Amino acid sequence: MKGAVRYSIRATWMAGFACLLLITAATTRAAEPITLSIKDHRFTPTEVTVPAGERFRIEVQNQDTTPAEFESSDLRVEKIIVPGGKITVMAGPLKPGTYKFFDDYHPDTATGAITAVEQKTEK
Amino acid sequence: MLASLIIVFREVFEAGLIVGIVLAATRGIARRGGFVTGGIAAGVIGSGILAAFAGALSEALAGRGQEVFTAGILILAVVMLGWHNLWMASHGREIAREMKAMGHAVAAGDKPLFAMAVVVAVAVLREGAEVVLFLYGIAISSNAGWPILLAGGLAGVALGTLISFLLYRGLVAIPVARMFSVTSWLIALVAAGMAGQAAATLASADLIPSWGYEIWDSSWLLREDSIMGRALHALVGYADRPMGVQLAAFLAVLGALIIGGHLISGSQPHRSSSQTAS
Repeated sequence: MKGAVRYSIRATWMAGFACLLLITAATTRAAEPITLSIKDHRFTPTEVTVPAGERFRIEVQNQDTTPAEFESSDLRVEKIIVPGGKITVMAGPLKPGTYKFFDDYHPDTATGAITAVEQKTEK
Repeated sequence: MLASLIIVFREVFEAGLIVGIVLAATRGIARRGGFVTGGIAAGVIGSGILAAFAGALSEALAGRGQEVFTAGILILAVVMLGWHNLWMASHGREIAREMKAMGHAVAAGDKPLFAMAVVVAVAVLREGAEVVLFLYGIAISSNAGWPILLAGGLAGVALGTLISFLLYRGLVAIPVARMFSVTSWLIALVAAGMAGQAAATLASADLIPSWGYEIWDSSWLLREDSIMGRALHALVGYADRPMGVQLAAFLAVLGALIIGGHLISGSQPHRSSSQTAS
């Protein structure tokens, strides 16, 4: 956390442009979490791609009026999300492959998958 | 109905395995029934409270509240299980002997029973909050089929209880003298497994180093989310892809309890010199 803050401050200093600061901040933030939402017991998006071999953050927002439990035995995460709540979990580093996740309370409809791909194949 | 039965069954089954072992391990100690019942009641009430504050807990400690809380209660249970095991190492033989001689339960201090009541409460609390939230979700949803889902959930509770009871019956069928060594092994494994889970929980929230995220992958052999995998997970801390720190915590606690137990029970004959060595 602190390292990231320090990094962005240094980047700002070196760049010296306000617009560049915004771009830097945006990219560091965008590179970090994967954002999922649950509505009507379905995930959006249902398919996500991440670089293999890297640790990453997943943010899940529950927009339903009932509790959900974001779970994935493949990713080794399990966390309750109250109605209208948002949680963050850490996952990875992953080997290339497909990792399923689901809402343990609605496993029939709320499912999705994270695909880890070799970093070099990504642009 | 089947889906809700399975979801509830899984949680009750996992908690029930621990309760079954605790009941077997405290066999022959007078008044254990009250303590275990008290532990279950505290766990159920705690589950309700935990479910009500699940949102606040989630947001606590920069979003790591759930993980820290889970690890905290697991560590508490590990301490209680460990303490009980070491206590049994010095008193178990005596209790088994008296039970055989008198044919009924032996009075012992409240402390070991209290420790086990805490373990039972933790086991119920961990799984219970999930069940409460699940049933709450069913109850408030506009789904017309909710009575059926609820019936499935209740059937899950009954089935989970039944399986735990069968485990308990199986354990108490072991002759008294042998049973304490079996249960102390089981308790040591449960404690080690919980210590491993606590470490893995903290490492997955990046609060402690992982020492390797995947030491091995045995998911091809036995998946952790299968019923057998879950049972072994609750009983001996089985993980199909363990972290390094998880393995280290497991081995450290198991080693400490085995060595500690041997040291204590080995020193027993000297302490109780009035009794003939068996």
